[in-house]
Amino acid sequence: MIRWLRWALLLLVARPIARFLTGADVTGREHLPLKGPAIIAANHNSHVDTLLMLSIFPAKAVMRVRPAAASDYFLKDPVIGWFSRNLVGIVPVARDKVATGEDVLAPAREALAAGDIVVVFPEGTRGDASDEMARLKSGVARLAEAFPEAPVTPVWIQGAGRVLPKGEVIPVPMNCAVLVGAPLRWHGKRAEFMDGLRDALLTLKDQAPPLRWS
Amino acid sequence: MDQITRFLDLQHPHLLWGLGGVFGLVVLGAVVAGVLTVVNPRKDYTELRQRIFSWVIMIALLSAALLLGWQATTALFAVVSFIALREFLSLAPTRREDRLIVLAAYLAIPLNYAFIAADIYGVYLVLIPVYAFLITPWLMAVIGQTRGFLASASMFHWGLMTCIYNIGYVAFLMRTPPYEAPAGGAGLVFFLLVATEFNDVAQYVWGKLLGRHKIIPRVSPNKTWEGFIGGWITTAALIWFAGPLFTPLEGLGLAVVAVVLPAAGFAGDVTMSAIKRDIGVKDTSHLIPGHGGILDRIDSLTFTAPIYFHLLAFFALEKF
Repeated sequence: MIRWLRWALLLLVARPIARFLTGADVTGREHLPLKGPAIIAANHNSHVDTLLMLSIFPAKAVMRVRPAAASDYFLKDPVIGWFSRNLVGIVPVARDKVATGEDVLAPAREALAAGDIVVVFPEGTRGDASDEMARLKSGVARLAEAFPEAPVTPVWIQGAGRVLPKGEVIPVPMNCAVLVGAPLRWHGKRAEFMDGLRDALLTLKDQAPPLRWS
Repeated sequence: MDQITRFLDLQHPHLLWGLGGVFGLVVLGAVVAGVLTVVNPRKDYTELRQRIFSWVIMIALLSAALLLGWQATTALFAVVSFIALREFLSLAPTRREDRLIVLAAYLAIPLNYAFIAADIYGVYLVLIPVYAFLITPWLMAVIGQTRGFLASASMFHWGLMTCIYNIGYVAFLMRTPPYEAPAGGAGLVFFLLVATEFNDVAQYVWGKLLGRHKIIPRVSPNKTWEGFIGGWITTAALIWFAGPLFTPLEGLGLAVVAVVLPAAGFAGDVTMSAIKRDIGVKDTSHLIPGHGGILDRIDSLTFTAPIYFHLLAFFALEKF
Protein backbone atom coordinates (compact mmCIF):
# COMPACT_ATOMS: atom_id res chain seq x y z
CA MET A 1 0.00 0.00 0.00
CA ILE A 2 2.64 2.49 1.07
CA ARG A 3 4.80 1.29 -1.84
CA TRP A 4 2.05 2.28 -4.27
CA LEU A 5 1.57 5.58 -2.51
CA ARG A 6 5.29 6.26 -2.81
CA TRP A 7 5.29 5.30 -6.49
CA ALA A 8 2.34 7.60 -7.20
CA LEU A 9 3.86 10.42 -5.18
CA LEU A 10 7.21 10.21 -6.97
CA LEU A 11 5.84 9.95 -10.49
CA LEU A 12 2.64 12.01 -10.29
CA VAL A 13 3.59 14.70 -7.76
CA ALA A 14 7.36 14.97 -7.28
CA ARG A 15 8.20 14.70 -10.98
CA PRO A 16 5.82 17.43 -12.24
CA ILE A 17 6.87 19.72 -9.37
CA ALA A 18 10.55 19.16 -10.17
CA ARG A 19 9.89 19.91 -13.86
CA PHE A 20 7.96 23.06 -12.97
CA LEU A 21 10.54 24.38 -10.53
CA THR A 22 13.75 23.43 -12.32
CA GLY A 23 13.10 22.35 -15.90
CA ALA A 24 15.16 19.26 -14.91
CA ASP A 25 17.64 19.84 -17.72
CA VAL A 26 19.52 16.52 -17.61
CA THR A 27 22.58 15.69 -19.70
CA GLY A 28 24.31 12.32 -19.62
CA ARG A 29 21.10 10.49 -18.71
CA GLU A 30 22.57 7.28 -20.19
CA HIS A 31 25.02 7.11 -17.26
CA LEU A 32 22.25 6.74 -14.66
CA PRO A 33 22.18 3.26 -13.11
CA LEU A 34 18.86 1.44 -13.57
CA LYS A 35 19.40 -1.17 -10.89
CA GLY A 36 21.24 -1.50 -7.61
CA PRO A 37 23.42 -1.81 -5.81
CA ALA A 38 24.55 1.54 -7.13
CA ILE A 39 25.69 4.82 -5.58
CA ILE A 40 24.98 8.34 -6.83
CA ALA A 41 27.28 11.06 -5.46
CA ALA A 42 25.95 14.58 -5.96
CA ASN A 43 26.77 18.09 -4.76
CA HIS A 44 24.29 19.62 -2.34
CA ASN A 45 22.90 23.15 -2.15
CA SER A 46 19.19 22.73 -1.57
CA HIS A 47 16.35 20.35 -0.71
CA VAL A 48 15.59 20.63 -4.41
CA ASP A 49 18.62 18.36 -5.01
CA THR A 50 16.75 15.47 -3.38
CA LEU A 51 13.59 16.27 -5.33
CA LEU A 52 15.60 16.28 -8.57
CA MET A 53 17.37 13.03 -7.79
CA LEU A 54 13.98 11.39 -7.21
CA SER A 55 12.66 12.78 -10.50
CA ILE A 56 15.25 12.07 -13.18
CA PHE A 57 15.23 8.27 -13.12
CA PRO A 58 13.04 6.28 -15.52
CA ALA A 59 9.80 4.98 -13.99
CA LYS A 60 11.07 1.42 -13.71
CA ALA A 61 14.07 2.45 -11.57
CA VAL A 62 12.49 5.17 -9.46
CA MET A 63 11.30 2.86 -6.66
CA ARG A 64 14.92 1.79 -6.14
CA VAL A 65 16.18 5.34 -5.54
CA ARG A 66 16.93 6.11 -1.89
CA PRO A 67 18.36 9.51 -0.98
CA ALA A 68 20.60 9.63 2.07
CA ALA A 69 19.44 12.28 4.53
CA ALA A 70 20.51 13.48 7.97
CA SER A 71 18.44 11.80 10.66
CA ASP A 72 19.17 14.67 13.08
CA TYR A 73 17.30 16.96 10.65
CA PHE A 74 14.60 14.85 9.00
CA LEU A 75 13.65 12.42 11.76
CA LYS A 76 13.31 15.00 14.57
CA ASP A 77 9.63 15.63 13.90
CA PRO A 78 7.47 12.46 13.89
CA VAL A 79 5.25 13.57 10.97
CA ILE A 80 8.11 14.73 8.74
CA GLY A 81 10.00 11.64 9.88
CA TRP A 82 7.25 9.26 8.76
CA PHE A 83 6.93 11.10 5.46
CA SER A 84 10.71 11.09 4.88
CA ARG A 85 11.11 7.43 5.75
CA ASN A 86 8.12 5.95 3.95
CA LEU A 87 7.31 8.25 1.06
CA VAL A 88 10.58 9.97 0.22
CA GLY A 89 12.33 6.73 1.09
CA ILE A 90 15.35 8.28 2.76
CA VAL A 91 18.29 6.32 4.07
CA PRO A 92 18.96 7.95 7.45
CA VAL A 93 22.49 9.04 8.29
CA ALA A 94 22.99 9.97 11.95
CA ARG A 95 25.48 12.79 11.48
CA ASP A 96 25.27 13.68 15.17
CA LYS A 97 26.38 10.18 16.23
CA VAL A 98 29.63 10.06 14.22
CA ALA A 99 31.68 10.95 17.30
CA THR A 100 30.13 8.16 19.41
CA GLY A 101 31.60 5.52 17.13
CA GLU A 102 28.18 4.22 16.09
CA ASP A 103 28.08 2.78 12.56
CA VAL A 104 26.15 5.61 10.91
CA LEU A 105 26.40 4.06 7.44
CA ALA A 106 24.61 0.83 8.42
CA PRO A 107 21.23 1.85 6.90
CA ALA A 108 22.93 2.85 3.63
CA ARG A 109 24.72 -0.51 3.47
CA GLU A 110 21.46 -2.32 4.14
CA ALA A 111 19.82 -0.45 1.26
CA LEU A 112 22.70 -1.31 -1.08
CA ALA A 113 22.54 -4.96 0.02
CA ALA A 114 18.83 -4.92 -0.87
CA GLY A 115 19.72 -3.74 -4.38
CA ASP A 116 18.76 -0.08 -4.04
CA ILE A 117 20.30 2.97 -5.69
CA VAL A 118 21.58 5.13 -2.83
CA VAL A 119 22.00 8.87 -3.44
CA VAL A 120 24.63 10.46 -1.21
CA PHE A 121 25.67 14.07 -0.85
CA PRO A 122 29.33 13.77 0.18
CA GLU A 123 29.56 17.46 1.13
CA GLY A 124 27.55 16.38 4.19
CA THR A 125 25.29 19.43 4.28
CA ARG A 126 23.77 22.02 1.97
CA GLY A 127 26.26 24.66 0.82
CA ASP A 128 25.29 28.15 -0.19
CA ALA A 129 24.12 28.93 -3.71
CA SER A 130 27.53 30.10 -4.92
CA ASP A 131 28.09 26.50 -6.06
CA GLU A 132 31.52 26.21 -4.50
CA MET A 133 32.05 22.58 -3.59
CA ALA A 134 32.81 21.92 0.07
CA ARG A 135 35.34 19.33 1.28
CA LEU A 136 33.98 15.85 0.55
CA LYS A 137 33.43 13.43 3.42
CA SER A 138 34.73 9.95 2.87
CA GLY A 139 31.58 7.98 3.78
CA VAL A 140 30.92 7.42 0.08
CA ALA A 141 34.33 5.72 -0.23
CA ARG A 142 33.50 3.43 2.70
CA LEU A 143 30.24 2.47 0.98
CA ALA A 144 32.06 1.84 -2.31
CA GLU A 145 34.60 -0.28 -0.45
CA ALA A 146 31.81 -2.36 1.10
CA PHE A 147 30.14 -2.81 -2.31
CA PRO A 148 32.97 -2.86 -4.86
CA GLU A 149 30.55 -4.06 -7.56
CA ALA A 150 28.39 -0.93 -7.18
CA PRO A 151 29.13 1.85 -9.69
CA VAL A 152 29.54 5.32 -8.16
CA THR A 153 27.96 7.85 -10.53
CA PRO A 154 28.98 11.51 -10.07
CA VAL A 155 26.18 14.06 -10.57
CA TRP A 156 26.61 17.83 -10.64
CA ILE A 157 23.45 19.83 -9.97
CA GLN A 158 23.78 23.43 -11.09
CA GLY A 159 21.50 26.13 -9.73
CA ALA A 160 19.31 24.32 -7.19
CA GLY A 161 20.53 26.78 -4.57
CA ARG A 162 18.69 29.54 -6.41
CA VAL A 163 15.38 27.67 -6.49
CA LEU A 164 15.35 27.11 -2.75
CA PRO A 165 18.43 28.30 -0.84
CA LYS A 166 19.16 27.09 2.66
CA GLY A 167 16.95 29.01 5.09
CA GLU A 168 14.31 30.09 2.54
CA VAL A 169 10.80 28.65 2.40
CA ILE A 170 9.40 29.95 -0.90
CA PRO A 171 10.73 28.11 -3.95
CA VAL A 172 11.24 30.18 -7.12
CA PRO A 173 11.29 28.42 -10.51
CA MET A 174 14.72 28.65 -12.15
CA ASN A 175 16.33 26.16 -14.53
CA CYS A 176 18.69 23.60 -13.03
CA ALA A 177 21.21 21.69 -15.11
CA VAL A 178 21.80 18.11 -13.94
CA LEU A 179 25.01 16.67 -15.38
CA VAL A 180 25.50 12.94 -14.97
CA GLY A 181 29.05 11.67 -15.40
CA ALA A 182 30.51 8.26 -16.25
CA PRO A 183 30.45 5.95 -13.20
CA LEU A 184 33.58 5.41 -11.08
CA ARG A 185 34.60 2.03 -9.69
CA TRP A 186 36.16 1.18 -6.35
CA HIS A 187 39.80 0.30 -6.87
CA GLY A 188 41.06 -0.21 -3.34
CA LYS A 189 42.43 3.16 -2.24
CA ARG A 190 40.23 5.52 -0.26
CA ALA A 191 42.16 8.80 -0.72
CA GLU A 192 42.63 8.25 -4.45
CA PHE A 193 38.99 7.31 -4.85
CA MET A 194 37.91 10.54 -3.16
CA ASP A 195 40.28 12.57 -5.36
CA GLY A 196 38.82 10.86 -8.43
CA LEU A 197 35.28 11.67 -7.32
CA ARG A 198 36.19 15.29 -6.64
CA ASP A 199 37.81 15.63 -10.07
CA ALA A 200 34.79 14.01 -11.76
CA LEU A 201 32.40 16.42 -10.03
CA LEU A 202 34.52 19.46 -10.90
CA THR A 203 34.77 18.32 -14.53
CA LEU A 204 30.97 18.14 -14.70
CA LYS A 205 30.73 21.56 -13.07
CA ASP A 206 32.94 23.01 -15.83
CA GLN A 207 30.48 21.74 -18.45
CA ALA A 208 27.47 23.31 -16.71
CA PRO A 209 26.03 26.59 -18.01
CA PRO A 210 27.44 29.64 -16.20
CA LEU A 211 25.65 30.65 -13.03
CA ARG A 212 25.30 34.43 -12.98
CA TRP A 213 24.22 34.78 -9.39
CA SER A 214 25.65 37.50 -7.21
CA MET B 1 -15.42 8.94 -35.89
CA ASP B 2 -18.54 10.96 -36.69
CA GLN B 3 -17.51 13.46 -34.07
CA ILE B 4 -14.06 13.81 -35.62
CA THR B 5 -15.56 14.38 -39.07
CA ARG B 6 -17.96 16.95 -37.69
CA PHE B 7 -15.11 18.67 -35.79
CA LEU B 8 -12.99 18.87 -38.94
CA ASP B 9 -15.98 20.08 -40.98
CA LEU B 10 -16.14 23.10 -38.68
CA GLN B 11 -12.53 24.01 -39.47
CA HIS B 12 -11.56 26.18 -42.36
CA PRO B 13 -10.31 24.12 -45.35
CA HIS B 14 -7.28 26.40 -45.92
CA LEU B 15 -6.14 25.74 -42.36
CA LEU B 16 -6.60 21.97 -42.72
CA TRP B 17 -4.72 21.92 -46.03
CA GLY B 18 -1.99 24.09 -44.51
CA LEU B 19 -1.55 21.85 -41.47
CA GLY B 20 -1.64 18.79 -43.71
CA GLY B 21 1.07 20.32 -45.91
CA VAL B 22 3.31 21.01 -42.91
CA PHE B 23 2.86 17.45 -41.66
CA GLY B 24 3.67 16.22 -45.17
CA LEU B 25 6.93 18.19 -45.14
CA VAL B 26 7.96 16.74 -41.79
CA VAL B 27 7.14 13.20 -42.92
CA LEU B 28 9.26 13.86 -46.02
CA GLY B 29 12.08 15.05 -43.73
CA ALA B 30 11.76 11.89 -41.62
CA VAL B 31 11.93 9.72 -44.75
CA VAL B 32 15.02 11.56 -45.98
CA ALA B 33 16.66 11.15 -42.57
CA GLY B 34 15.80 7.44 -42.61
CA VAL B 35 17.25 6.99 -46.11
CA LEU B 36 20.41 8.91 -45.14
CA THR B 37 20.88 6.67 -42.10
CA VAL B 38 20.65 3.54 -44.25
CA VAL B 39 22.70 4.82 -47.21
CA ASN B 40 25.44 6.34 -45.11
CA PRO B 41 25.72 4.12 -42.01
CA ARG B 42 29.10 5.49 -40.94
CA LYS B 43 27.81 9.00 -40.37
CA ASP B 44 25.88 9.80 -37.19
CA TYR B 45 22.46 11.26 -37.97
CA THR B 46 21.19 11.15 -34.37
CA GLU B 47 20.86 14.93 -34.16
CA LEU B 48 18.96 15.16 -37.46
CA ARG B 49 16.57 12.43 -36.29
CA GLN B 50 16.09 14.14 -32.91
CA ARG B 51 15.47 17.44 -34.68
CA ILE B 52 12.78 15.99 -36.90
CA PHE B 53 11.15 14.06 -34.08
CA SER B 54 11.01 17.28 -32.03
CA TRP B 55 9.40 19.06 -35.01
CA VAL B 56 6.70 16.37 -35.09
CA ILE B 57 5.91 16.94 -31.41
CA MET B 58 5.91 20.75 -31.74
CA ILE B 59 3.73 20.71 -34.85
CA ALA B 60 1.31 18.23 -33.25
CA LEU B 61 0.96 20.43 -30.15
CA LEU B 62 0.46 23.61 -32.18
CA SER B 63 -1.98 21.99 -34.62
CA ALA B 64 -4.06 20.58 -31.77
CA ALA B 65 -4.16 24.00 -30.07
CA LEU B 66 -5.09 25.84 -33.28
CA LEU B 67 -7.86 23.37 -34.11
CA LEU B 68 -9.23 23.46 -30.56
CA GLY B 69 -9.50 27.24 -30.59
CA TRP B 70 -8.38 30.36 -28.76
CA GLN B 71 -8.65 28.86 -25.27
CA ALA B 72 -6.20 26.04 -26.01
CA THR B 73 -3.89 28.33 -27.99
CA THR B 74 -3.82 30.91 -25.18
CA ALA B 75 -3.02 28.19 -22.64
CA LEU B 76 -0.28 26.73 -24.84
CA PHE B 77 1.43 30.09 -25.35
CA ALA B 78 1.16 30.90 -21.63
CA VAL B 79 3.16 27.72 -21.02
CA VAL B 80 5.63 28.69 -23.77
CA SER B 81 6.04 32.11 -22.11
CA PHE B 82 6.66 30.48 -18.73
CA ILE B 83 9.32 28.08 -19.97
CA ALA B 84 10.99 30.80 -22.06
CA LEU B 85 11.03 33.28 -19.16
CA ARG B 86 12.40 30.61 -16.81
CA GLU B 87 15.19 29.89 -19.29
CA PHE B 88 15.93 33.59 -19.68
CA LEU B 89 15.94 34.45 -15.97
CA SER B 90 18.09 31.40 -15.21
CA LEU B 91 20.81 32.44 -17.67
CA ALA B 92 20.73 36.21 -17.18
CA PRO B 93 22.66 37.69 -14.25
CA THR B 94 20.44 37.88 -11.17
CA ARG B 95 21.12 39.05 -7.65
CA ARG B 96 20.29 36.98 -4.57
CA GLU B 97 17.92 39.68 -3.36
CA ASP B 98 15.91 39.39 -6.58
CA ARG B 99 14.44 35.93 -5.90
CA LEU B 100 11.07 37.45 -5.08
CA ILE B 101 11.24 39.75 -8.12
CA VAL B 102 11.76 36.64 -10.23
CA LEU B 103 8.60 35.23 -8.67
CA ALA B 104 6.74 38.48 -9.39
CA ALA B 105 7.92 38.33 -13.01
CA TYR B 106 6.26 34.92 -13.38
CA LEU B 107 3.02 36.38 -12.02
CA ALA B 108 2.97 38.68 -15.04
CA ILE B 109 2.24 35.60 -17.19
CA PRO B 110 -1.26 34.73 -15.86
CA LEU B 111 -2.08 38.44 -15.74
CA ASN B 112 -0.97 39.06 -19.33
CA TYR B 113 -2.82 36.03 -20.69
CA ALA B 114 -5.91 36.80 -18.61
CA PHE B 115 -6.34 40.00 -20.63
CA ILE B 116 -6.03 37.94 -23.82
CA ALA B 117 -8.66 35.50 -22.52
CA ALA B 118 -10.89 38.42 -21.54
CA ASP B 119 -10.24 40.01 -24.95
CA ILE B 120 -9.31 43.41 -23.49
CA TYR B 121 -6.80 44.69 -26.01
CA GLY B 122 -6.34 48.18 -24.57
CA VAL B 123 -5.10 46.91 -21.21
CA TYR B 124 -2.96 44.20 -22.77
CA LEU B 125 -1.14 46.86 -24.81
CA VAL B 126 0.10 48.74 -21.74
CA LEU B 127 0.19 46.11 -18.99
CA ILE B 128 3.77 44.93 -19.46
CA PRO B 129 5.31 47.75 -21.54
CA VAL B 130 4.22 50.42 -19.05
CA TYR B 131 3.06 48.93 -15.77
CA ALA B 132 5.38 45.95 -15.36
CA PHE B 133 8.11 48.38 -16.46
CA LEU B 134 7.27 50.65 -13.52
CA ILE B 135 6.37 48.07 -10.89
CA THR B 136 9.45 45.86 -11.26
CA PRO B 137 12.05 48.52 -10.35
CA TRP B 138 9.74 49.85 -7.66
CA LEU B 139 9.63 46.40 -6.01
CA MET B 140 13.40 46.19 -6.36
CA ALA B 141 13.72 49.55 -4.61
CA VAL B 142 11.46 48.35 -1.79
CA ILE B 143 13.75 45.36 -1.28
CA GLY B 144 16.53 47.89 -0.98
CA GLN B 145 19.51 46.41 -2.82
CA THR B 146 20.95 49.10 -5.09
CA ARG B 147 24.04 47.28 -6.35
CA GLY B 148 23.66 46.83 -10.14
CA PHE B 149 20.13 48.23 -9.91
CA LEU B 150 19.68 49.61 -13.42
CA ALA B 151 21.20 46.56 -15.12
CA SER B 152 18.89 44.25 -13.14
CA ALA B 153 15.79 46.32 -13.86
CA SER B 154 16.61 46.33 -17.59
CA MET B 155 17.26 42.60 -17.56
CA PHE B 156 13.84 41.92 -16.04
CA HIS B 157 12.07 44.16 -18.51
CA TRP B 158 13.82 42.62 -21.51
CA GLY B 159 12.70 39.17 -20.32
CA LEU B 160 9.11 40.25 -19.66
CA MET B 161 8.78 41.98 -23.04
CA THR B 162 10.25 39.23 -25.20
CA CYS B 163 9.01 36.12 -23.41
CA ILE B 164 5.54 37.28 -22.34
CA TYR B 165 4.32 40.42 -24.10
CA ASN B 166 5.65 39.74 -27.61
CA ILE B 167 4.74 36.05 -27.54
CA GLY B 168 1.29 36.95 -26.20
CA TYR B 169 0.51 38.57 -29.57
CA VAL B 170 0.41 35.10 -31.12
CA ALA B 171 -2.42 34.14 -28.79
CA PHE B 172 -4.18 37.49 -29.24
CA LEU B 173 -4.38 36.89 -33.01
CA MET B 174 -6.79 34.05 -32.19
CA ARG B 175 -9.30 36.64 -30.97
CA THR B 176 -9.68 38.00 -34.52
CA PRO B 177 -13.37 37.62 -35.52
CA PRO B 178 -13.81 34.79 -38.07
CA TYR B 179 -15.23 37.13 -40.72
CA GLU B 180 -12.11 39.33 -40.65
CA ALA B 181 -9.67 36.72 -41.96
CA PRO B 182 -10.08 34.12 -44.74
CA ALA B 183 -9.14 31.20 -42.48
CA GLY B 184 -10.02 32.78 -39.12
CA GLY B 185 -7.67 33.70 -36.29
CA ALA B 186 -6.14 30.21 -36.41
CA GLY B 187 -5.22 30.84 -40.06
CA LEU B 188 -3.44 34.08 -39.08
CA VAL B 189 -1.45 32.31 -36.35
CA PHE B 190 -0.68 29.38 -38.63
CA PHE B 191 0.68 31.69 -41.32
CA LEU B 192 2.81 33.67 -38.84
CA LEU B 193 4.40 30.48 -37.49
CA VAL B 194 4.96 29.00 -40.95
CA ALA B 195 6.49 32.20 -42.35
CA THR B 196 8.76 32.64 -39.30
CA GLU B 197 10.03 29.06 -39.24
CA PHE B 198 10.27 28.88 -43.04
CA ASN B 199 12.44 32.01 -42.93
CA ASP B 200 14.78 30.42 -40.34
CA VAL B 201 15.12 27.29 -42.47
CA ALA B 202 15.46 29.18 -45.78
CA GLN B 203 18.23 31.40 -44.38
CA TYR B 204 20.03 28.31 -43.11
CA VAL B 205 19.69 26.46 -46.44
CA TRP B 206 20.77 29.43 -48.60
CA GLY B 207 23.68 30.03 -46.24
CA LYS B 208 24.79 26.38 -46.55
CA LEU B 209 24.43 26.45 -50.35
CA LEU B 210 25.96 29.82 -51.25
CA GLY B 211 27.24 31.38 -48.03
CA ARG B 212 30.55 33.25 -48.51
CA HIS B 213 30.40 36.68 -46.89
CA LYS B 214 29.86 36.86 -43.15
CA ILE B 215 27.15 39.30 -42.18
CA ILE B 216 27.69 39.77 -38.46
CA PRO B 217 30.70 37.64 -37.45
CA ARG B 218 31.07 38.96 -33.90
CA VAL B 219 27.57 37.79 -32.94
CA SER B 220 26.65 34.91 -35.26
CA PRO B 221 29.76 33.64 -37.09
CA ASN B 222 27.73 31.20 -39.23
CA LYS B 223 25.36 33.78 -40.70
CA THR B 224 26.11 35.10 -44.19
CA TRP B 225 24.80 37.79 -46.52
CA GLU B 226 23.86 35.09 -49.03
CA GLY B 227 21.79 33.21 -46.42
CA PHE B 228 20.11 36.39 -45.22
CA ILE B 229 19.18 37.69 -48.68
CA GLY B 230 18.27 34.26 -50.07
CA GLY B 231 16.01 33.61 -47.07
CA TRP B 232 14.54 37.09 -47.33
CA ILE B 233 13.57 36.71 -51.00
CA THR B 234 12.23 33.14 -50.60
CA THR B 235 10.14 34.00 -47.54
CA ALA B 236 8.89 37.23 -49.12
CA ALA B 237 7.75 35.18 -52.14
CA LEU B 238 6.01 32.68 -49.85
CA ILE B 239 4.20 35.49 -48.04
CA TRP B 240 3.26 37.24 -51.30
CA PHE B 241 1.78 34.12 -52.89
CA ALA B 242 0.35 32.22 -49.88
CA GLY B 243 -0.55 35.25 -47.73
CA PRO B 244 -3.96 35.85 -49.37
CA LEU B 245 -5.04 32.30 -48.47
CA PHE B 246 -4.63 32.89 -44.74
CA THR B 247 -4.66 36.65 -44.16
CA PRO B 248 -6.92 39.51 -45.27
CA LEU B 249 -3.84 41.34 -46.59
CA GLU B 250 -3.58 42.50 -50.18
CA GLY B 251 -1.65 45.00 -52.28
CA LEU B 252 0.52 47.37 -50.27
CA GLY B 253 -0.19 45.73 -46.89
CA LEU B 254 0.80 42.32 -48.19
CA ALA B 255 3.94 43.74 -49.80
CA VAL B 256 4.99 45.44 -46.56
CA VAL B 257 4.53 42.25 -44.55
CA ALA B 258 6.43 40.26 -47.19
CA VAL B 259 9.37 42.65 -46.99
CA VAL B 260 9.40 43.30 -43.23
CA LEU B 261 8.68 39.89 -41.70
CA PRO B 262 11.79 38.02 -42.95
CA ALA B 263 14.04 40.89 -41.86
CA ALA B 264 12.36 40.91 -38.42
CA GLY B 265 12.91 37.17 -38.05
CA PHE B 266 16.60 37.63 -38.81
CA ALA B 267 16.78 40.50 -36.32
CA GLY B 268 15.19 38.41 -33.55
CA ASP B 269 17.58 35.53 -34.18
CA VAL B 270 20.66 37.79 -34.13
CA THR B 271 19.55 39.73 -31.04
CA MET B 272 19.03 36.55 -29.03
CA SER B 273 22.41 35.31 -30.29
CA ALA B 274 24.05 38.46 -28.91
CA ILE B 275 22.47 37.78 -25.52
CA LYS B 276 23.56 34.13 -25.55
CA ARG B 277 27.09 35.16 -26.53
CA ASP B 278 27.20 37.66 -23.68
CA ILE B 279 26.03 35.01 -21.21
CA GLY B 280 28.42 32.43 -22.67
CA VAL B 281 26.04 29.64 -23.77
CA LYS B 282 25.27 28.15 -27.16
CA ASP B 283 21.79 26.87 -26.31
CA THR B 284 19.42 28.16 -23.66
CA SER B 285 18.67 24.61 -22.39
CA HIS B 286 18.28 21.03 -23.68
CA LEU B 287 14.48 21.00 -23.49
CA ILE B 288 13.88 20.28 -27.20
CA PRO B 289 16.17 17.47 -28.42
CA GLY B 290 18.10 18.58 -31.51
CA HIS B 291 17.00 22.21 -31.18
CA GLY B 292 18.19 23.42 -27.77
CA GLY B 293 15.97 25.42 -25.47
CA ILE B 294 12.58 26.96 -26.14
CA LEU B 295 14.18 30.42 -26.41
CA ASP B 296 16.41 29.11 -29.20
CA ARG B 297 13.27 28.05 -31.04
CA ILE B 298 11.18 31.22 -30.51
CA ASP B 299 13.94 33.84 -30.84
CA SER B 300 12.73 34.98 -34.29
CA LEU B 301 9.10 34.80 -33.18
CA THR B 302 9.68 37.33 -30.37
CA PHE B 303 10.28 39.89 -33.15
CA THR B 304 7.95 38.66 -35.91
CA ALA B 305 4.84 38.20 -33.73
CA PRO B 306 4.31 41.85 -32.67
CA ILE B 307 5.30 43.24 -36.08
CA TYR B 308 2.95 40.88 -37.95
CA PHE B 309 0.15 41.72 -35.52
CA HIS B 310 0.63 45.48 -35.82
CA LEU B 311 0.89 45.40 -39.63
CA LEU B 312 -2.31 43.32 -39.79
CA ALA B 313 -4.01 45.73 -37.41
CA PHE B 314 -2.85 48.73 -39.46
CA PHE B 315 -3.65 47.42 -42.93
CA ALA B 316 -6.54 45.01 -42.49
CA LEU B 317 -8.11 44.14 -39.15
CA GLU B 318 -10.99 46.32 -38.01
CA LYS B 319 -11.00 44.98 -34.48
CA PHE B 320 -7.50 46.05 -33.45
